[in-house]
Amino acid sequence: MAREIYQAIADGILVGGVYALMAVGLTLIFGVLDIINIAQGILVVLGAYLSYQLSASLHLDLFLGLLITVPAMFVIGVVIHWAFIRRLRGRERTSMTLLVSYAVALIIEGILYQVYGPDVRQLNAWYVTSSVHVAGFYLPYIYLFGFALAVVLVAVLYLLLYRTGFGRSVRATMQDQVAARLIGIEVNRVAAITFGIGVAVTAVGGMVYGATNAFNPNSGYDLISRLLAIVILGGLGSIGGALVAAVFMLTLESLVDIWSPDWATVVFYAALVLVLVIRPSGFLGRPQGRTA
Amino acid sequence: MTTAGRTLTAVKLAGLVLAAAAAIAFPWVFSNPVDTNYGVYALIFVTVASAWNVFSGFSGYISLGHAVFFGSGAYTLGIVARDWHVTGNGVFALLPLCAVTGAVIAVPFGLVSLRVRRHTFIVITIAVFFIFQLMAYNFSFTGGSIGVSAPFLAWSPSTYNDPFYYIALGCAAGMIALAWAIRRSRFGLRLRAIRDDEDRARGLGVHPMRVKLAAFTLSGAVTGVAGGVWFFYLTQVQPPSGFDPLFDLSVVLMAFLGGLGSIAGPVLGALLIEPGQLYLTARVTNGYLSEILLGSLFLVVVLFMPRGIVPTSADWLRKARS
Repeated sequence: MAREIYQAIADGILVGGVYALMAVGLTLIFGVLDIINIAQGILVVLGAYLSYQLSASLHLDLFLGLLITVPAMFVIGVVIHWAFIRRLRGRERTSMTLLVSYAVALIIEGILYQVYGPDVRQLNAWYVTSSVHVAGFYLPYIYLFGFALAVVLVAVLYLLLYRTGFGRSVRATMQDQVAARLIGIEVNRVAAITFGIGVAVTAVGGMVYGATNAFNPNSGYDLISRLLAIVILGGLGSIGGALVAAVFMLTLESLVDIWSPDWATVVFYAALVLVLVIRPSGFLGRPQGRTA
Repeated sequence: MTTAGRTLTAVKLAGLVLAAAAAIAFPWVFSNPVDTNYGVYALIFVTVASAWNVFSGFSGYISLGHAVFFGSGAYTLGIVARDWHVTGNGVFALLPLCAVTGAVIAVPFGLVSLRVRRHTFIVITIAVFFIFQLMAYNFSFTGGSIGVSAPFLAWSPSTYNDPFYYIALGCAAGMIALAWAIRRSRFGLRLRAIRDDEDRARGLGVHPMRVKLAAFTLSGAVTGVAGGVWFFYLTQVQPPSGFDPLFDLSVVLMAFLGGLGSIAGPVLGALLIEPGQLYLTARVTNGYLSEILLGSLFLVVVLFMPRGIVPTSADWLRKARS
């Protein structure tokens, strides 16, 4: 029993790292643009299909394929922002963007169904099927590689945000858009690039997700609800919160999974509801001021 | 009241009477079950869209979790009819139970989700929606992925749809009357005050939580009844059909297309979208196309006509008159 628990914790942390990366993209988009991007889930699935296509038709290694899929997803993100998000203004903007991104998600899902059909697929490579034996635990290579890549990318994002001029513009925009515009920051460009970055990380998340889970176009719902639970639990707009919440939630799910796989996912959402009853702004969220 | 105002009221009243007469006469004129089928679904969605609008349209808290009430209403009927061995026409006496279930779920659901900011509220409704879908899959009394079937009704197939049509029409008419009454009442004024500025409304002595919760509960109860009618009509419910994410989006789209917060808007939206969707599903062999179309229509509405058909055309009328 104890062994199972340690194994579950190890799995939870490793998978949590990958979810953290996807959640950071979501929370970053919220922080800068005040948008909850419901399409994030289906974009992860799209990333998985892109990796699948590259490995199926070009026999490209999954990790090498990221060199193509990450920029591709970045471009898709910028286009979505340019075509739909940018145009929305006004008081109910956050709610409207949520609906718009839901509609975008629906369209992408429909297109994926058109192209690939409803059959489930899984990405394959040598590191997906074999695992390494460390200190009594069996850890699949893909979990380790995925976790390492996620940690590196989160670190890169951190450096980008806190050590560069662009990052300073992003943080300024997060704090106060009007003031940021007044001191000469091109808020629209910052927003577009941030949206692009937030979507680009789904290429990585999608590749690891696709290698560790069987997926079809319907998987987006499951993903987005998990990601939303994570970013809300962590506090919308809080990057540190997203990291903590991702690892916490995935570990919790993995632990409940020992007892009952059927209920593990329910516990995931129940945890979200419970935490929000106690602390409506999440783990590390800014305390809420006005209710609007 | 001015003469113009009086004429307008008379025109509105005449329109209402005409619409009611058309709705009542519909199954006689189009007696083909294929046509009445469209009517039943459209009216169920008129009820749901109006119920959704009384909460979300009036208060500004957009719920993407009304399928929770819809599905729960459907499951309530199925489970109760199965376990109490209710058969025949007596099953319709169980419909009030759906309202009870909807209300009983709405209270804790609302107490948790209405404490947070508007956009977080949307997300929590999605999360609760998924909890319910997963529960329907996992519990044994909900029949897992097989779901629940309704008791068999030994009616003639040629007129099978007609009683359902009138039940759905009754629900729809009742809900529209209720929405109209709420909009004119102090309660409706409070809801709209919350939509416009919740903090200021609180300062003026409105208890936002009480008002929002009351509207949410009412909306949930009616949606539960609509779910019950839908279930009897369809005779079965499974977790993905009872708790369907597309249901939530369709209802929101209906309200947005017609005009959020108006009385006629969601009705019009439902009458346009639901038959359209059914028609597409029946005609196009490939079901994913309707998903793409629904999403595209939504984008067009939100981007180019965010206030909806009814308020936009009301503006045109006003401009044309002056």
